[in-house]
Parts: sequence; C-alpha cells; structure tokens
Amino acid sequence: MALTGVQIFKLLPKTNCKKCGFPTCLAFAMKLAQAGVDISACPDVSEEAKATLGAASAPPIRSFSLGAGDKAVKLGAETVMFRHEKKFVNPCAIAVNIKDDLSEDEISKRASEVASSEIDRVGQKLRVDAISVEYVSGSSAKYEAAVKLAADKAPDAAIILNCKDAGAAESAVKAVAARKPLIYCATDATAEAMASIAKTHACPLVACADGLDALSALTEKIKGLGVEDIVLDSGAKTAKDIIEHNTQIRRAALKKSFKPLGYPVINFVMRDDDIHETSIASVAIAKYSSIVVLSSISKWKDLVLFSLRQNLYTDPQVPMQVEQKIYEIGEPKADAPFMITTNFSLTYFIVSGEIENSKVPSRLAVMDCEGLSVLTAWAAGKFTAAKIAQFILESGIANTLSQKELILPGQVAILSGALEDKLEGWKITVGPREANAIPTFLKGR
Amino acid sequence: MSFVVPKESFTGKVLAVDFGKDDKALAIGGENCLPFLSFEGEVPNKPVIAYEIQDCVPDDWPETVKNIYKDVSGDPVTWAKYCQNDLKAKAIALRLASTHPDRGDRSAEDAAKTVKGVLAAIQVPLIILGSNHIEKDASVLVAAAQAASGNNCIIGKAQEGNYKTIVAAALAHNHKLIAMSELDINLAKQLNILITQMGFDKAKLITDPMCAALGYGLEYTYSVMERIRLAGLAQNDPTMQPPIVGDVGMYVWKIKETVASETDVPDWGTLEERGIAWEAVTATSMILAGTNLLIMRHPKAVENVEKTISELV
Ligand code: B12
Ligand code: SF4
Repeated sequence: MALTGVQIFKLLPKTNCKKCGFPTCLAFAMKLAQAGVDISACPDVSEEAKATLGAASAPPIRSFSLGAGDKAVKLGAETVMFRHEKKFVNPCAIAVNIKDDLSEDEISKRASEVASSEIDRVGQKLRVDAISVEYVSGSSAKYEAAVKLAADKAPDAAIILNCKDAGAAESAVKAVAARKPLIYCATDATAEAMASIAKTHACPLVACADGLDALSALTEKIKGLGVEDIVLDSGAKTAKDIIEHNTQIRRAALKKSFKPLGYPVINFVMRDDDIHETSIASVAIAKYSSIVVLSSISKWKDLVLFSLRQNLYTDPQVPMQVEQKIYEIGEPKADAPFMITTNFSLTYFIVSGEIENSKVPSRLAVMDCEGLSVLTAWAAGKFTAAKIAQFILESGIANTLSQKELILPGQVAILSGALEDKLEGWKITVGPREANAIPTFLKGR
Repeated sequence: MSFVVPKESFTGKVLAVDFGKDDKALAIGGENCLPFLSFEGEVPNKPVIAYEIQDCVPDDWPETVKNIYKDVSGDPVTWAKYCQNDLKAKAIALRLASTHPDRGDRSAEDAAKTVKGVLAAIQVPLIILGSNHIEKDASVLVAAAQAASGNNCIIGKAQEGNYKTIVAAALAHNHKLIAMSELDINLAKQLNILITQMGFDKAKLITDPMCAALGYGLEYTYSVMERIRLAGLAQNDPTMQPPIVGDVGMYVWKIKETVASETDVPDWGTLEERGIAWEAVTATSMILAGTNLLIMRHPKAVENVEKTISELV
C-alpha cells in the first residue's frame, strides 16, 4: 500500500540539506508520495528507508512476462476485484497441456495447433498463448526432446515446464532457456532445487502448495531463495476451490497488502468432457486466473474462451471503437454500394466481415457514435437523421459516387424518411436488419 | 507473515423466492454473500435452470437446438412433458411467442388456453413469459396470470412501459414477477421501486437486468449484475435484493456463432459444440455474476451448467 507524505518524511534524514533539489525533506517526501520523483534523488537516505519505500510502492500483484519475444504475455498487475471499478489489466493466458509420452507426430500436431490458433476477433488478434509440457514419461531425455519439439513447432508460444522432477526440469530449461519458460513447480520439498534453476536461468517459477496457508509460506521461502517472479498454484481443481482460492488471493493482495500472495495465479482445469472443461475454464477466466491450462484445444473451444476473455477484459468505460471514416472493402468502383453503420468495433467487424463474404466491392461509412451499436446509438440520439446527413455531406463522398444512394442498417429503417429530406438528391435504401443477410442483399442488387 | 482468510460479511441479503407447488416447488436466492463464496456466508439455494419452450414451432431457432425438439415442438403441452419427463427439467419457461404481432398475433385468450394446458400436464414449476412486445404483453400476461391462478408461477416480463397491468395481475393471482429493464442498474432499481409502490411485495420480485450473449455485450450484463449484487449486499439496498434471472437462450441462439456452419467459417470449428458451449459459457458467466435463475434451450448446455453448478456449491 502506498505511503503518505508524512510517513515517508519519517524515513528521510530530516536535515533539509536541499541536495535533492527540494527546499525541505518534507517537500521532497510530499513529491515522493505522488510518485513525482525518485527516492535516489536524496543521496543520504538509508538503505533501510529505501527498502521500506520500495516495498510500499511495489504493485500489490506482481507483474512480469510469460514467455519471451513480442508474443510474450504480461501477467498480474491487477488492481480491482470487479471489472466495473476499473479495467482488468492483463488478460488471462490460455495454455494447453501436452504430455511428453505422446508420439512425436502427436506432439508436433498439437503444438502446431497452438501455432495456428490465432484468430481475429473485433480487431484483436487472439491466440492460445502457451504450451505446458507435462513430464509423465519418467525419462529426462524424452522430456527434453518433447519440450524442444513443442517449442520449435510453436515458435511464438510461451512454454510451461510441467515437471516436478528437478533434474528433468533443469535439462529442459537449458534446452529452451531463450524462451524464458515458466517452471511448474516448486513444492515445499523441492523449493531449493527449483528456485536455484529458476534463478540461474532467470525464469519465473510456480509455487505449488495445498491451500493458501502453505502457499504463503512457500512463496516467502522461494522469495528468500532469490526468485521474485512467482506464479501461484493453490492446488485448486474444482470450480469451488478455484473461485474461493482465487478470490481470497486477490483480496489478500489488494485489500490487505498481503505480499506473500501478491502474484498471478495459474489454474489447471482439465476435465474429460470438453464442454465441461470449457465451462470450468470460464470460471477461472472470470475469477482472477492469470494462466488457465486446458487438456486440449479446438477451434470452437478457443473461440469461446477468447471471446469471454476479451469481453471481461474490455474497458468498462470505453466501448471498443474503430476510426470514423469511409472504409473501402474490395476495390469499389464509382457505382459500388455505399452503406453506413456506427463505430462500435463489434458492429464494424461483423458488418465489414459480411460485406467481405459477399465479395461485392463496397464502401462502408463508419460514423463516430462513441462506440455504440446501431440501435443503442439510435436510442441514445447519436445516430440520427440529422447527424448522419451532416456526416455524409461533410465527407464529400458524393463526388466519388456515380449514383447518390445510401444503404441504411435495417434496424434503423425508421430514419429513411427523415434522411431523404435532409440529404437532397440522395436515394435512401433500407438494408437488412441482420448483418448475415448482407451477402444475399448485395448479390441480389 | 501468516495468512488470514480475508472474509467479508454483508449486512444485506438476497431475498429468497419460491415458486411452483407441492414437492416440486423450488426456491432461489437467500444468499448473504457474493456468488458461491460460501466460506463467508450462507448460500441456501443454488441457481435453478428452466427449460424454455414456446407456444409455436420455433422456426427462428437454429438447427442445433431446433432439431432436438422437432418431434415435440408442434404442441406446447407435448413439449413441456418432454422437458419434464425425458430431460428431467426442474422448471419450465413457456414463452408465448406467437402472441407477438409479427409472429401470429395470437390472442390473450389463446395464450390463456395454452397456459392452462401446459399447467395441467406438468408438475414442475412454470415460468410464463410474454413475447416481449410491450403493448401486447400488457394484455397477454394478464390473461396468463389469471389462467395460472393458484399455481405460484413466475410471470414476466414487466417493463417500464407495461408494468401496471402485469403487476396488478400477478398480485391478484399470487404469482412471482420478473421486472425487466435494459442494462442499467438505475433503471432496474427504478422499476423495482415503481412496482413495490403498487403494493407488490419486493420478496416476490425477480430482477431481469437484460441478458446478452457471449461476444455480444455479455460484459455489460455481467457488470450490471455484479453491481446489483453489491448494492443489495454491501449497501443493503432493499430495492436491489431480489434474485436475478438470466434469459440466456434467446440471446445466444440467434448470433452467428451458434448459427453459421463450419463450411462458412472454418476458423470457428464444429457448429454443434460451438453452439452448446456458447450457451453453457454465457450461462456460467451469468451465475458467477449473480444470476439465480437461468432460462436455457439446449439440453446439453443445461446439463453442463448443472454440472458446473454442482461443482461450485
Ligand atoms: C450492449 C447494449 C448496450 C450497451 C452499449 C453497448 C454498445 N457499445 O453499443 C449499454 C449498456 C451502454 C447500452 C445503453 C443503452 N441502451 Co442498449 N443495448 C445493448 C444490447 C444488449 C446489445 C447491443 C449490441 O451490442 N448489439 C450488437 C451489435 C453488433 O449490433 P448492431 O450494431 O445493431 O449491428 C447489427 C445490425 O444492426 C446489423 N448492422 C449494423 N450496421 C449495419 C449496416 C448495414 C448497412 C446493414 C445492412 C446492417 C447493419 O448488423 C449487426 C449484426 O447483425 C442491445 C440489445 C440487443 N440484444 O440487441 C440493447 C439496446 C440496443 N439498447 C437499448 C437502449 C434503449 C439503450 C439505452 C437508451 C437505455 C438505457 N439503458 O439507458 C442506452 C443508451 C446508451 C447511452 N445513453 O449511452 C435498446 C434500443 C431499443 C430501441 N429499439 O430503441 C436495445 C435494443 C435493448 C432492448 N430494447 O431490448 N446498451
Ligand atoms: S536530499 Fe535528502 S536529506 Fe537533503 S533535503 Fe532532500 S530529502 Fe532531505
């Protein structure tokens, strides 16, 4: 928890020597409290005071990257319990578990599925972020080979070394050290060995214990061994334990400034039934997990989980929006259809996607309605005949078109009369209500 | 530093509402903590799932879910029995879709007959829903409430534009009532106040803050529900304490993700699983945000959410 100016003042030398550039120690302390200066500006401050201040200013939930390179995902740094309070910060990473005793072909196939899992949704590129390679073969050589293979086939994915055997983990870490694998895991019994591997190779480490008491003690121990990038596994497997443990962890970190649990959380949600696993994964995503590990992925499962993660991690104050302009889809000629919609990302991506599907080159005018959907914008008075007319006229698009015709979303058919009055010389056509009818509509013209 | 479980206790409590009759009656709500956090509070009832049926052939439902009911959906009574006896539904939600002016414009009297027929055929509790046409519902739901008199049903949805007649009918025939507003906590509160000012007991209300499908505004529903819960529990706001309903099926089974075939969108995977998972995950998110009563369509999605619920309690 951040300290107040007066609390900080008590830690300073109180000599008012001005070397920090401030007239008094108190003035410096006040500025520090607002994070406007760095403590190092005072040359005389004690190491102890620095440590106290450092600890107090550290974020309540530690943040670091899972994986390396530009596809690495940030973990942690969350600041609230509920998304309406403030945007959730770092979307939960989605990982799939692969056992090392599978055939090479199978490992390659599954890792390649991760590599090709990326889909574009509402303008964001979403993908399966990590592969967890599980040590079940009992052979260190086999494990290392499996890890390497998975890492090669999915060059952008983060690697989780799901291996409780320190010897096997160490050789695997060395094999993929450049990928900064997350080591899973240190238990009370293996803390020294695992922490030493993590420290040597500068990799994050999962602390795994049964329950939050034991887990808190374990993270302290690991931290004492010099590893700071820690991920928590409380042993939660059932949906009940996931929601309760994760809630308690986040509360302890945010509301009680309880440092031993101020780390991101990993949850394993494997289930025999795929749809059930998807549901349990969604419990983890909604309730504070930073990494969720699945037993398998598939296109539909990815899409469901990506969508949920995207929904819950959007900014509650600002809908996702696209730029106001007239978008050209395909290579529209002067007589190509000209349509209008609002700048809510979801609306734009659905509509432009369907126009692409139709293969009819078109123009789509996207009007700034503060990111509201067509009907919402209309109901909020932002997508009115007057405003649409003004936007069309100011855009100067009339000069580009051979025929002045504007196609409206079917949901706002009611605007067509008023628009015809306001846009003199224009023909107003009402399009279909739902975007999925656009291809038939455009091809039939 | 040793770990102390960070518990929160609230002064407020979600009102418990029962519906149905005899040994098949159900109760929802009653918790004094956030969803499923029973380490710090009482959770006397778990969320209930009602199967949605309609009073006409559901030709606007996509194949995945329409096919399941193709042999029974021609008649609401057969359909209701199928849900109760074969699918082991704990509750049924009858949507009087054909009373909508665009879907047949059937009369309030017709609707009353359907309600009577269904009630005579089932023992599990019944939720009676209008067609969501403000004016039409004002008369249809009145007739339905009367036809169902004495059965302790849930009637809905009363909205700002039509609540007066519907509230009066629910009051007269002793039903529970769904009050629906559009994704706005203040509107939800306002409507509950208006309804209780008519003498309707707040302990018989259920709030519908309006549902949205995963990928189509789910985050709005999710946050409005969480805020309603917090207002009821932490601020002890009595107008925000009724249980919450999530009318999931109707929002899910129309979006592209539950309709488009794999041939059309190869990147999205198999249609059947995609649709079922879409409904299951939408519903799961709703119960995490505070929903006590779900209205759903696909038996596999229902089964799945029930499994998740049993893992959560
Ligand atoms: C999420 C939501 C909100 C969110 C806003 C989300 C956003 N960014 O827009 C919030 C909570 C803020 C909101 C607020 C309001 N909302 Co609102 N909201 C919704 C909801 C649930 C979903 C909207 C959505 O995201 N749709 C998805 C997008 C993709 O749809 P779309 O833009 O219409 O695009 C589709 C079609 O129109 C078509 N299309 C789009 N462009 C084009 C172009 C062409 C050429 C063609 C052919 C087709 C086409 O394709 C798309 C896909 O099929 C709807 C109900 C519903 N389920 O539809 C209500 C809804 C739109 N809201 C409504 C209302 C009344 C409001 C409020 C006025 C009420 C209030 N509670 O205060 C406010 C107004 C906002 C304000 N003052 O700031 C009403 C509108 C009713 C009406 N007919 O007037 C609705 C319909 C709810 C209802 N009655 O059931 N809302
Ligand atoms: S440099 Fe340090 S001791 Fe000197 S005035 Fe600034 S805060 Fe005080």
